[in-house]
Amino acid sequence: MAIATETSNSQGTPAGAAPLIRIEDLKVQYLSPRGPVRAVDGVTFDIRPGEVMGLAGESGCGKSTVAQAILRILQPPAVITNGRVLFDGNDILDMSDDQLNEFRWRDVSMVFQSAMNSLNPVMTIGDQITDAIQAHQRMPGRKALERAEELLRIVGIEAARIDSYPHQLSGGMRQRAVIAIALALNPPLMIMDEPTTALDVVVQKEIMSTISRLKQELGFSILFITHDLSLLVEISDRIAIMYAGQIVELANARELFEQPLHPYTNGLMSSFPPLTGDRVKLSGIPGSPPDLVHPPAGCRFAARCPRRFEPCGSEPLFAEAKPGHRVACHLYPESRTPQAQEAIREH
Amino acid sequence: MNFILRRLGFYALAAWVSITLNFFLPRMMPGDPGDAVMARMQGRVQPETIDAMRKAYGLSDDPLWQQYFDYLGNLMRGEFGIAISAFPTPVTDIIRTSFFWTLLLGLTATIVAFLIGNLLGIIGAWRRGGLVDSVMPPLLIFVGSFPYFWLALLALFFMGFEWGWFPLRHAYSSNISPSWSLEFVGSVAYHLVLPAASLVVVAIGGWVLGMRNTMISTLSEDYVMMAEAKGLPQRRVMFNYAARNALLPNLTAFGMQLGFILGGALLTEVVFSYPGLGYQLLGAVRNLDYPLMQGIFLIITFSVLGANLVMDLLYVRLDPRVRGA
Ligand SMILES: Nc1ncnc2c1ncn2[C@@H]1O[C@H](COP(=O)(O)OP(=O)(O)O)[C@@H](O)[C@H]1O
Ligand SMILES: [Mg+2]
Repeated sequence: MAIATETSNSQGTPAGAAPLIRIEDLKVQYLSPRGPVRAVDGVTFDIRPGEVMGLAGESGCGKSTVAQAILRILQPPAVITNGRVLFDGNDILDMSDDQLNEFRWRDVSMVFQSAMNSLNPVMTIGDQITDAIQAHQRMPGRKALERAEELLRIVGIEAARIDSYPHQLSGGMRQRAVIAIALALNPPLMIMDEPTTALDVVVQKEIMSTISRLKQELGFSILFITHDLSLLVEISDRIAIMYAGQIVELANARELFEQPLHPYTNGLMSSFPPLTGDRVKLSGIPGSPPDLVHPPAGCRFAARCPRRFEPCGSEPLFAEAKPGHRVACHLYPESRTPQAQEAIREH
Repeated sequence: MNFILRRLGFYALAAWVSITLNFFLPRMMPGDPGDAVMARMQGRVQPETIDAMRKAYGLSDDPLWQQYFDYLGNLMRGEFGIAISAFPTPVTDIIRTSFFWTLLLGLTATIVAFLIGNLLGIIGAWRRGGLVDSVMPPLLIFVGSFPYFWLALLALFFMGFEWGWFPLRHAYSSNISPSWSLEFVGSVAYHLVLPAASLVVVAIGGWVLGMRNTMISTLSEDYVMMAEAKGLPQRRVMFNYAARNALLPNLTAFGMQLGFILGGALLTEVVFSYPGLGYQLLGAVRNLDYPLMQGIFLIITFSVLGANLVMDLLYVRLDPRVRGA
């Protein structure tokens, strides 16, 4: 997918509101024996101050890879091959190790998918909060502990739990503790990578409402990553839909739910369970995502797309089909390259 | 509880089997070991003494079952008899001093190998493909492919004999008498270097490779990634997050190693004439000193069993999941 030439504020950024962070044409590959896996292949979006940006897509589409690239915590065999991640005008991908360590957690913190695995099993919750604080601020141990207790209270854990080890907490409490750690430095942006996926439904609801409350009170931005579009209904301001390493649609949350443009978004919506009533069998989207070592030429969703037609063998542009609503699909004239237009004319 | 009882039962059985084997082994030797021993003593001691000794060693003409019960009774009282090769020193005296030297050598070597090996493993995994990581494994495999015996002799020959850096034999200089003086302790340390280092060199490879592998899988844990995302200093991520967790399985292995210390350093003690249990055992075999041999065998078996028992109990404490099993 090619990046459409950017007209001013083409993503609907309100005039004057500079984005908090901007990811530009990000490409990440995992080097594998079969060849490079193009897990993220040209992703562009921004997040505004105080905004909740949802990032949704089937599992394996590259969401976590985007998140980890933003903090530059990708492990080998991952390599970032292209792009910029601009925060406060600085490109994170250009930072030295020292600059990077300063930037991490102070400017962007992250809640990982599994609270079970993201807490160090041999350290108390308190120590795991205070070490984050003390890595960034000169603060005496006592004050750091007080701050840790305050953070625990904010996320709904008794302060007395400060000396508990992760295994002494329930799943929900552990995820709250992780959120408390993420809040430690009051960062303007928090990335949440499937923060409730490992939890049962009741706990999931509690955590979601805690996140909403904290966001209201503290006003940070969130990049909320999930494979479950239904979670984004209430919380997000804008939503980006990702498929096979690329963003295929990006719009205001309400508009996306009411008038999804991309056939893949449509498919995702029909595959999530109704919020009320019985759990019906999900229709889902037939087929499976393409091999990211040899992604198909043209639209990557074409093979599974119910509305596939002639131009889909060429790559659609990610373009604004409606004000503030971008999509990469040949159903919309804005996405068509001259090549695609020709393919349509021929038929 | 159930688990502990079952383990205790197992160890009791194992102890009884080894005690009994220890009784029968010399008696199953071709010929009469008793006579062989006494023949060696002939002319050096009075015939009456020999008779008394035969009795004392349980090599009487009593029926076998009676000999067996006499033997058990002696063991209960902690009597291992008199060493033939060092008559009339009681076996327990010899074992007590050599036990100390074996323990000192084994503990020093095991702990040093554990510390250095794990540190190298941590660094190798942290800087994967870096200097330590690319030099260490092939080097360790190279060193490990030589017979230990040969390596030890080589070390003794060059560093002890040719270049004279280290003493050739024994655990301390013979012109200092044992005491807690700085001089004596220094001499003990000096004598310890070469035998301990030879053990460390061969033991270290296992720790390096083991730690490197657990560490690499630990490094991909979410909590390590989160620690990095927190902007913590590298050292803290490496030690407090990754290494501290990767070390847990290695601690169990360390405990098991401790159990083998007493039986493990036999070759070392022989090569470096280090007066531990192994060295004494060699002497006992050479001199057909059955009481001493039996005593040393028993002490080694019991130490291994004891160390394993302690490890089992410790494990129950460390891993709550074992308790229910
Ligand atoms: N270490 C790796 N080696 C090879 N491929 C990987 C590796 N990690 C992830 N991938 C591939 O990258 C793609 C994106 O993964 P990920 O970002 O975890 O997806 P998501 O978070 O959306 O489920 C997946 O197709 C996955 O198979
Ligand atoms: Mg993921």
